[in-house]
Amino acid sequence: MSWIGETVDSIKSIKIRQLLTQAVTLGMIVTSALIIWKAMMCVTGTESPVVVVLSGSMEPGFQRGDILLLRMTKDPIRTGEIVVFKIDGRDIPIVHRVIEVHERKTTGKVDVLTKGDNNDVDDIDLYADGQMWLHRHHIMGRAVGFLPYVGWVTIIMTEKPIIKYLLIGAMGLLVITSKD
Amino acid sequence: MHSFGYRANALLTFSVTALAFICAIASFSDKFSNQNPSAEIQILNINRLKKQSYGNDEVSLTLDISADLQSLFTWNTKQVFAFVAAEYESPMNSLNQVSLWDVIIPDKEHAKFRIQTSNKYRFIDQGHNLRGKEFNLTLHWHVMPKTGKMLADKIVMPGYSLPDAYK
Repeated sequence: MSWIGETVDSIKSIKIRQLLTQAVTLGMIVTSALIIWKAMMCVTGTESPVVVVLSGSMEPGFQRGDILLLRMTKDPIRTGEIVVFKIDGRDIPIVHRVIEVHERKTTGKVDVLTKGDNNDVDDIDLYADGQMWLHRHHIMGRAVGFLPYVGWVTIIMTEKPIIKYLLIGAMGLLVITSKD
Repeated sequence: MHSFGYRANALLTFSVTALAFICAIASFSDKFSNQNPSAEIQILNINRLKKQSYGNDEVSLTLDISADLQSLFTWNTKQVFAFVAAEYESPMNSLNQVSLWDVIIPDKEHAKFRIQTSNKYRFIDQGHNLRGKEFNLTLHWHVMPKTGKMLADKIVMPGYSLPDAYK
């Protein structure tokens, strides 16, 4: 009767080892994606090296669903630069162009006014109550490059989260059922 | 090795890589274009130089802008965004840049133009330093590609000045 116990044991141990290998492989994939993301943050100098254009305020140059590549350097902010900024208390980054700069002699601090190319008026109404200018700490990066259409994946996943769950479910299923 | 899943995966990976490669080459080809844009700006009239109720100076002027930006267009160009800004110094600020007018140029035909216009955006100082102020007018352009790296540059035209008294 002991051979039953032996066979059961060997079956159990194979399954566990396979499961562990799969879990480790999955962990490695996720971790390398994270490493790449963090490395991009270091290289470009900004917290979000890539943003998706969400509104039509910069058309026809940037359409909804395009991806912008960002960089932040210590260079002073000047008119004409396309910057990504966040208003205090709001999560969504906004991508607009700088149309006015006033730089203080003594401190080097700047007052910045922005406007979307496709908007009729400047962004003063978008800023927080009583705020007339943007300052350097609001600005997350400058747009230096651009890829069309690729950002639609992110927009769809944000606006219809069911697709996100479907995708993750499908990927999980693939991992579990794959033979290697 | 020949299941639908494997084939679809291989096809997808290959096409994404190929597309990325093509985008990179398209962007790289922009480096070889010869660019020599030219521009000239004249101030036709200073319409108003006044002090606002909160104490800031404001100028309204009419400009005559002529420019030839045709050499900036390549096959990878989606549009060129051009704008005119006034640059000057004031006692509190080492640099002030105020955008006065801008235009979106969608193709090469529209890139050579001459226009007479009053300033599209208000020219307001932080303070009341504009009387007799000397300033530069700069024409900036921003080339937005169909894909890849964006390019921006400018022409600086010095030697403009505002009247010595409010009008």
